[in-house]
Amino acid sequence: MAKITASVFTSHVPAIGAALDLGKDKEPYWQPLFKGYEYSKQWMKDNTPDVIFLVYNDHATAFSLEMIPTFAIGCADQFQPADEGYGARPVPVVQGHPELAAHIAQSVIQQDFDLTIVNKMDVDHGLTVPLSLMCGQPAAWPCRVIPFAVNVVQYPVPSGRRCYNLGKAIRNAIESYDEPLNVHIWGTGGMSHQLQGPRAGLINAEWDNKFLDRLIADPDDLANVPHIEYVREAGSEGIELVMWLIARGAMSDNFGGPPPTVKHRFFHVPASNTAVGHLILENKQ
Amino acid sequence: MSLEKPYLDVPGTTIFDADQSRRGYHLNQFCMSLMRAANRERFKANERAYLDEWPMTEEQKQAVLARDLNRCIGLGGNIYFLAKIGATDGKSFQQMAGSMTGMTEEEYRNMMLAGGRSPEGNRYTGEDGDAQAHRQPQGAAGRNKGQAF
Repeated sequence: MAKITASVFTSHVPAIGAALDLGKDKEPYWQPLFKGYEYSKQWMKDNTPDVIFLVYNDHATAFSLEMIPTFAIGCADQFQPADEGYGARPVPVVQGHPELAAHIAQSVIQQDFDLTIVNKMDVDHGLTVPLSLMCGQPAAWPCRVIPFAVNVVQYPVPSGRRCYNLGKAIRNAIESYDEPLNVHIWGTGGMSHQLQGPRAGLINAEWDNKFLDRLIADPDDLANVPHIEYVREAGSEGIELVMWLIARGAMSDNFGGPPPTVKHRFFHVPASNTAVGHLILENKQ
Repeated sequence: MSLEKPYLDVPGTTIFDADQSRRGYHLNQFCMSLMRAANRERFKANERAYLDEWPMTEEQKQAVLARDLNRCIGLGGNIYFLAKIGATDGKSFQQMAGSMTGMTEEEYRNMMLAGGRSPEGNRYTGEDGDAQAHRQPQGAAGRNKGQAF
């Protein structure tokens, strides 16, 4: 059977992708950030999965206001890096896993989460920046990826509780797949940031670090945090953090297993307008 | 019955909800059209004529022409869509975000390097943080306010 062995959490700031693509990653501004991911790149080499189930959000790239799916699962065999207005990022095409994606779609819908099935979609920095941070700049990504896009652009976005429960449903789906695949689930976006209005530039390092503590030790309680607290404390775009609860909901301790091992934790301010947070959690085998 | 909107008292912040989205539909879809290089060229060649192809309000068109992002957001724009105008102009996301505070690019960058804007005084309207209405514009522009006499 397929198994979820680890979850990875990281911010997905577009400027990080631009810094890598333009060779600015050795500049003093960016060095402390990329240093925080050195462990992660090695860990990724030592623990390469067969498939990453990658939770992210589209930033008015694949989805305009014509259609706004709350939860969209990418079932295609490949996904092109999108041109977001500056030209497409020079990163590899993302190879999907249509068989597992279709299995997850059927199982999760039967568990009462109404996913939108997407068979054609370009993927933006929300998906490709986490891959770059964890895998560096390879000629091809080291494994297959199932993109899972969550609407966090138009309110109301799904609640933390719904995201957490969805993660559990995704876990049930993956672990009922017959092939013995090693699967990671990643939650991306955040941490505190606001990109609009006179309040732009808001950062709340104290709240962010408490979020990380609670995500590790008490995600069930963290899932109770209402939208308005994210907005007030972590900025209007900090709401992206609800996506981390999807990945956390899929970990073994929610299914009677032991608490996950914290392999890595990192926090840094700023990357452009944003606080960057990062965690790697492993399920004990 | 009215909808629950607990986010209306966050200073300097407009939440892009279903009402704002309805108001800004054509404005945001115009922005989306700038994802194509050919459209960017046509827009740059004659902004007014390009905008007139969209059923936007005159107010929305004026806000775009003035690159007044705060005004665009008030009229239903969303920052991820408006960012396409910035990309067309060759602006970074940090330049766009900074432009909404009244700070210069350097002032805003320095604020971020120093750890960003504090949430203190900026959680509810009526407090005294730097994002509150009575403290705009921010930075040197605000400090020099009224000194021109």
